This record gives sequence, C-alpha cells and structure tokens, in this order.
Amino acid sequence: MASVAFENSRRFHLGESFFKTLLYLSASIVLITLAAILVILYVSGQNAFEHFGPQFLWLDQWDPVRDLYGAAAPVAGTLASSAIALLIAWPLGFGIAYFLTESCPRRLRTPLGIAVELLAAIPSIVYGMWGFFVLAPVMASNIEPWLTSTFGWLPVLPNEDNPMWFWFQGAPVGVGLLTSGVVLAIMILPFIAATTRDVLLTTPQLLKDGGYAMGATRWEVVTGVVIPAVRGSLFGAVFLGLGRALGETMAVTFVIGNANRMPDGFFAPTASIASIVANTFPEADVGSMKLAALFALGFILFVVSFFVLAFARLLLRQGRMAA
Amino acid sequence: MKSTNMLRRATLGALAAFATLASVGVAAADEITGAGSTFAQPIYTRWAEAYAGPSGDTLNYQGIGSGAGVTQVINRTVDFGATDVSVAPDRLAANQLMQFPTVIGAVVVSVNIPGVDGNNLKLTGSLIGDIYLGRVRMWNDHRIAALNPGVNLPALAIAPVYRADASGTTGIFTNYLSSVNLAFGTTTGAGTSVSWRAGIGAPGNAGVAGAIANTHGAIGYVEYAYVAENHMQAVQLQNRSGAWVRPTVEAFAAAAAQAPWGSSPNQDASMINTAGATSWPIVSATYVVVPTNPTDAGRARKMLQFFDWAWKNGQTQVDALHYISLPASVQNRARQRWCQVRAAGQAVWSGCH
Repeated sequence: MASVAFENSRRFHLGESFFKTLLYLSASIVLITLAAILVILYVSGQNAFEHFGPQFLWLDQWDPVRDLYGAAAPVAGTLASSAIALLIAWPLGFGIAYFLTESCPRRLRTPLGIAVELLAAIPSIVYGMWGFFVLAPVMASNIEPWLTSTFGWLPVLPNEDNPMWFWFQGAPVGVGLLTSGVVLAIMILPFIAATTRDVLLTTPQLLKDGGYAMGATRWEVVTGVVIPAVRGSLFGAVFLGLGRALGETMAVTFVIGNANRMPDGFFAPTASIASIVANTFPEADVGSMKLAALFALGFILFVVSFFVLAFARLLLRQGRMAA
Repeated sequence: MKSTNMLRRATLGALAAFATLASVGVAAADEITGAGSTFAQPIYTRWAEAYAGPSGDTLNYQGIGSGAGVTQVINRTVDFGATDVSVAPDRLAANQLMQFPTVIGAVVVSVNIPGVDGNNLKLTGSLIGDIYLGRVRMWNDHRIAALNPGVNLPALAIAPVYRADASGTTGIFTNYLSSVNLAFGTTTGAGTSVSWRAGIGAPGNAGVAGAIANTHGAIGYVEYAYVAENHMQAVQLQNRSGAWVRPTVEAFAAAAAQAPWGSSPNQDASMINTAGATSWPIVSATYVVVPTNPTDAGRARKMLQFFDWAWKNGQTQVDALHYISLPASVQNRARQRWCQVRAAGQAVWSGCH
C-alpha cells in the first residue's frame, strides 16, 4: 500500500527519469567515443590518403628517408598472420570445445576448462617474449627446415619481382610470418574454445539423441548433426578470435621480424599494422607524413576490425535465433 | 556494529593512502628525465647511479631510440633528448633547442655463426653493405671466403639484423655503409630510419643484441658496450688506410683523435672512416639536445650540473664501458654554449655572465 503510494509519487518519477538519463548518457558516451576515434583517425591520416591517393592501400613501400609510405606490407602481414592463426586455432579450438562438452571425464572437465581459459589471462608481452626466446629458435632449427624439406616444392603464382616464389622456402631465421601466426594461434585459442564450447552446449540434445538412436557414430553426429545445427554461431566464434588477432601488438612485434616489406614465403619477416605503429609512432613528428601514414594505417585497421566484429555478431545472433 | 567496523576500516584505509601520498612529497631530491639513444644508455645510467649519492638527484632515462628522443624533447615531455645523429640546425632553431656532445662511442658489427670465431672474421664495409642489400645470402659465399682463407664457413643463411625503431646507431651505421658501398647509398640510403632491403628488425640496441644471440647466422650492428657486456663476437673491419682493425678502445681513440671539432657551430663532428692506420671506421659522438627556453630553471640547471659532474668525475664509468671521453676543449666549449639556455631572462647555468 505504502509502496504503491511511493511509486506514484513525484520523487519516484524524478528518480526514475534521472536513472534513465544516466543510462542513456553512458551508452551514448560509448558511441560518441567510437565515432570520435574514427573521425580523429581519418582526419589525422588524411594527409597520407590525399598525398598517395587510393593507391596507398596497395603500395608496397615504406621509405622514411624519401617519405614514401604504403599500406600493402602491413595490411598483408596483418591479414596473413591472422589467417594462419585462424587456420591453426580453429580446428584446435573446436576439438577442445567438443572434448570438453562430450568426451571429457566429468572430473577433468572443470580443470581443463580453467587451464584453457588461463591461456587468455597470460599478458600478450609474455607471449611475445616466449615466442622470441623459446619458439623462434625451435622454429629455426627444427620446424622450418622440416617444412622446407617436406613442402618446399609448393609454389605460388609468380609475380614481376620473383619469377617463382615458394610457400615454404627461405632462410629459416625463426622469426617471421609463420612464427607470428603460431603465437597468435595460441593467443586466440582460448577465445575460440570458450565461445565454441558455449555454442556447442546450445545444440538441442534431442537432435544428438536422434542421431545416436539411428546408429550414427560420434564423428557422424559431430559432422552431420551438431555442426550444421550451430554453423552460424561457430563462424561467429571464429570471427571473434580473428578480431583479437588483427589488433594484437606486442606479441606480434617480437616475432614477426619487423621488415616493412611484403613477405615472400612463410618464413619471411614482415610487419603488421600494429607492429609498425608500435615501432614507429614514438619517433613520428607532429605534422609529418610518417605520422599521417601511421594514422591512416590505424584507420584501415579500425575499419577492418569493425567489419569483422560486426559480421561475427551477426553470425552469432543468427545462429542463436535459428537454434 | 557492522557499520562502525566498516567505518573504522575505511578511515584506516584512507589514512594509510594519505600517508603514502604525503610521503612522496617529502623527498627533496629531483628527478631529471631524459629519453632517446640506446647507444648512450649504458653510460648515462652508470653515471646516474654514481651521481645519485653526491647530489641526491636521480635520472629517469628511457632508451627509446634517438629519433623518438628528439621528438620527445621537441614535445617538452622530457628535460633532455639524446641522439647519436646530429640534429639539423634548422630543426634545432625551429624548436628552440640546443645540442652538445657528451661522450664518444663506437658501433661494431657482431655475428653469431656456430663453429666460427666471429672475433677473427674479416669483413669489409662494402661487403657488409651487400649483405644488408640481400646480395650476399650465405655465409659460405665466395666473397666472404676470399677475405677469410682457412676459416671453415658453414652453408648457413645470413640473417641481417637491423633496428626496427628510429635509431642514431642506424644513422651512424648507414652513414658508414653509404660511404663505402655506392649501391647501398643509392637504394637504402642513410638516416635514423631507413628502408632495409633484407633482414629482420629488433627494437633498441638491446633488442638487436638479443636477436643476434638468438639467431644462428645473424649479423648485426650495436654499440660496443653491448658486445663487451654480453660477451658477443665482433668482426674485424678494414679502415680507410686498408688495415684490418679489431674493435678495441685504442682503435676507437685513434679515430676520435681525428675528429674535426673546431669547424662546426653545433659541435658535431664526424668520426666515420677517419684517417689513421689504427683507427676504427665507425666511431661517433653522442649528443644531448635541450630546450633553450625551459619553463623550470631549477630542473634545467640540475640537468646541466649532471653532465658537468659526469665530465669531471665520470671517467671510471667511461673506461669500464669502453667509451671515450670528449677532449677537455670540447667540454669547455659546450659549457660556454650552455649559456644559451635561458629562463626568465637569465642564463640557467651558473658559470655564465
């Protein structure tokens, strides 16, 4: 009785509208910040876009002495290292998620799940150091020579610089595109595994039981029932991992080799947008073309990440609605 | 009961926080901030450790590379910037900066070839330029073997290592390579940040040293203190007279003695490829850049006092790290030029009129 009176009172309505305004303000601050970052990135990078034109996106040059910059090498390095990371982390993540939801003994389920999630808690600079001091020598002395001897004959389309370049040939120095892809794969593995596990748990048990009842093996249930049922969400989980991999800075800077050129093979050193900005930003003077080029690179990365994440959200939502 | 307990805890916590904050303001010592060259970082930090006792002032020095150091002092985020490559006079004037040299060091070329003693390996500057252009790719190349008869060079790929950040050490090294290798000069060129044709990048002198130690077949350029402290191998180079020189302090001093100090207004002098039968070909002074219009006169004076003290009392540290001190005449001229640093209409340095 007294509460109804309170709810009709003016104090309640004032408090209610104040709270609502606060909520709207908080949400709009996020949107305004996002828009502001986008605008600042574009305006600061405008010099580079105007000076080099749209060719900036595919020019393979980074010459601070002559002030010539192009985004081809960092963009290619970012996309290539993220693609390698996805190719490695996706099957692994799916396997881990499936194991945790289906085959894992109950006692091990929680510890294993925590162990995988702990991978996400490791700071990225620690990954970078581990990659540089532990993984790179192993790649240089064992894995890269083995890849050259087994797959070195795999060629790629020839271009005007190289009559023929090969996927798995090149000096095995240890740091390079492949090593950065491997380090990124380990970093995005927990995200893919956790999201995929959640997605797999939403598979209707009725469908799986139906499959088993018809005599399907575990593998047939996975490929024939589970994956088709949650396909959209699975892609969404993958794209979330991709979003993380695209922006990763310190881990990649340590192991990608910091060569601002297009890579010519998996073992070649190259650069990613994040690594080139991390290395070059402190020395770029205000008003210089180098700074404008770096902002332009940041804008490109922002746009690419935005689309990737938006696409991931869309797939995840569609998947959940279909299920 | 519960609320009084909470109140008590909250009060105690606030008092503890306040006490911590208050204690920070009690210390009267000043902190001088500097940033830039990793070439000079070892000697500046050793000098600072020794200076903290007699003066009570500490130095917070960030080795972020010469290029970034100059940018930071232009932005006035640090008291001084350190660079190994002299800043152009018009850039100094436009940003109201003044530059003076502090100490002399050498850039050496270090290698990591399993089974080969790098200290006995001979490479010409022109050949190193070809290596960094990607024209010489294997250690058992005939051009390297021709200079090193009797050395069993393995069939190992060469991994050139360079600086990923804007670096005065790169500036010195590319200046040297451009002067001895024409193709290098026209394609890559000289500067603190260049477009390398081959190799991998690492941040800072320490990063390059780490990359060399970590990679079989690596070759890279670092300041000599890093090689000495980390027991790395450094190759012999051929100087202008055609003699093969090992990287020793005597060779560095022979090159430093040839420096043309008298002729330059900003006190920069090139010691690259100097004359002299025993000179090391890649020697350079390192410079400190300070604002001529500091806002805090006291801090600017403390910073100049640090360098003055280091020149008078820092010889032990210079010798321990294999740097070379500036000639006394150069140091005195620098002190005179410190009078350009003025705040509130008065020179900051006490020795001015």
